[in-house]
Amino acid sequence: MDLINLYLIPGVVLGCIYALGAVGLSLIYGVLRFGHFAHGDVMTFGAYVTLSAVALLGLSPFAALPIAMLVTALLAILIDRLFYRPFRDRPTIVVVIASFGVALMLRSLVEIFWGADDRSYETGIRRPVTYFDTLVIAPRHVAIIIAAVALVTVLHVFLTRTRLGKAMRAVSDQPSLARVCGIDLDTVSLWAWVFGGALAAAAGVFLATDTQLNPNMGWNLLLPLFAAAILGGIGKPYGAIVGGLVIGLAEELSSFPLFSERPLVPPDYKTGVAFAIMVVMLLWRPQGLFRGRVFE
Amino acid sequence: MTSLLAVEGLSAGYGDTVILHGVDIEAERGELAVIIGPNGAGKSTLIKAIFGIVATHGGRVRFDGADITGAAPERLVAMGMAYVPQERNVFPTLTVAENLEMGAFSVRGRLAPLIEAQYALFPELGRRRRQLVGEMSGGQRQMVALARALMTKPKLLLLDEPTAGLSPKVMAEVFGHIQAINRTGIGVLMVEQNARLALEIADRGYVLAAGRNRFSGTGADLLGNRQMAEAFLGG
Repeated sequence: MDLINLYLIPGVVLGCIYALGAVGLSLIYGVLRFGHFAHGDVMTFGAYVTLSAVALLGLSPFAALPIAMLVTALLAILIDRLFYRPFRDRPTIVVVIASFGVALMLRSLVEIFWGADDRSYETGIRRPVTYFDTLVIAPRHVAIIIAAVALVTVLHVFLTRTRLGKAMRAVSDQPSLARVCGIDLDTVSLWAWVFGGALAAAAGVFLATDTQLNPNMGWNLLLPLFAAAILGGIGKPYGAIVGGLVIGLAEELSSFPLFSERPLVPPDYKTGVAFAIMVVMLLWRPQGLFRGRVFE
Repeated sequence: MTSLLAVEGLSAGYGDTVILHGVDIEAERGELAVIIGPNGAGKSTLIKAIFGIVATHGGRVRFDGADITGAAPERLVAMGMAYVPQERNVFPTLTVAENLEMGAFSVRGRLAPLIEAQYALFPELGRRRRQLVGEMSGGQRQMVALARALMTKPKLLLLDEPTAGLSPKVMAEVFGHIQAINRTGIGVLMVEQNARLALEIADRGYVLAAGRNRFSGTGADLLGNRQMAEAFLGG
C-alpha cells in the first residue's frame, strides 16, 4: 500500500501539475513555433496571484483559482504583445531569448511584490483521509486531481468542438496550409496564450497547494515541463498531457525502495529522471511517443 | 467574355533567382488545363506565383476579369480560386470532417450542406469522416486535399502535381476524381509529371521548359505533335 499512498498518488498529482504546464508549452510551440522559457515563471505568477486573492478576499485557493487563471491569461497576452510579437518575423532564437528575459523579469516582479521567502496558502496541518482502510489520500490531492481532469476536459472540448480550437490544431499541423485556408494566426495565437496562461496558473496553484510558494518554483519546473512536452511530441497538446503524467509518475516512482531499504534513485535526483527521459527521447524519437499514429 | 485566368508575360522567382521568364497561359471557365515540362521548368513556381505565394517580378495575372498580380492568397480564395499544394496539403492530426471544416474557415454560414456535397463527390470520405487523415493512404489523403479545396466553392482549382508519389492505379483514380470535379463546372489548372496521362484528359495543355513557354495547344494536339512528343514524352 505504501507504493500507492506514498509514490503512485503523489506521482499522479505531480503528473497533473506537469501536464497542465506542458500542455501550454505545447500549444504555444504548435502555434508560434518557439519554446516558451518563461512558462515556469508564468506558473509562479499565477500561484502568487492566488496568494493575494486568498489574503485579500478570504477565498480558499481553489475558489480563487478562476481569478488567478483570468489574470494570468491576460498577463500572457500582454507579454506576447510587448515582448514576442515584435520578433515574430525574426529567427526563432530571438524570441526564445526574449522569453528568457521575460522569465527573469517575471521572477523579479514576484520578488518585488511578494518577497523572496517561502509562503503558503494556509497554515496548520490537514490530516489525510483514509479510504477503504488502507488508501490514504490528502484532500488537497483529491482536489488537484479532480480540478486537473476538469480543466483538461474543458481544453479537450475547446480543441475538438469549437471552430477556433480546431483551427489551433490545424495551425500546429500545417501552418502554411492553415494560412491558405484563411485561418488568422493572430486570433489563434491569442487563444493559445489564453489557454497556456490559464492552465499554467492552475499548475502553479496546484503546486503551491501541494508544497509551498517560492519565486523559483516555476523556473525549477521548466526542465520536467519541457521533458513532458517533448515526450508527447512538442506541438501536440494531448501528447503533452500524457507526457506530463509519465514524467510525474517516473519522478516519484524512481525513489521507491524496490530492491532494498534504499530508494531506487535518491529523491534529490528526481529531476535527473526527467532529464534522462528527455535526452533519451531526443536521441531515440525526437518526434515524440505518438508520431506512430500520424505521418507526414 | 474574358478568360477565367489569363497569365501574360509572367516573370517570377525566389529572391534574386528568376525562374519564370515571361510565361503566358490561359484557362477558360470550366476548362481542364494542364502544365507539363521537365523537372526545374518552373511549373510549380508558375502555380505558386498565380496564387500569390511566390513573388512576381513582371507581367500580369488576370482572374475572372480582375487584375490579381501579386494578390495575397486569402483574397484569391475569397475571389474563387483554390489551391492544393503538392505536399503538406492536409491536416494529418485532424479528422476528415475537420479538414473539410478548416477548408471553409473563411466561409460564413452553415457548413453542413457544403460538407455533404463533398461526401457526395467522394463517398469514401463520407464513410471515413471521423478518421484521422494522418492514418489514411496516399490516394485517400489526396481526396481529402481536393475536397478541402472545394469547400470554398471555387471557380478555378490550382493543383500542384496531384499524383506525385502515387501508384499507377491510384494515380488513375485521382485523375478520375479531377475529371469528376471538372465536370461539375469547376475550372482546373494542374501541374503534372505524368505528361501523357495528363494530356489525355486535358482540354488544353502547356509545355514549359527552362521557365518559358515551349508548346501549347489542346491536349490531343500536343499528344499528336511529333516534335513535342520526342522532346517531352519520351518519343
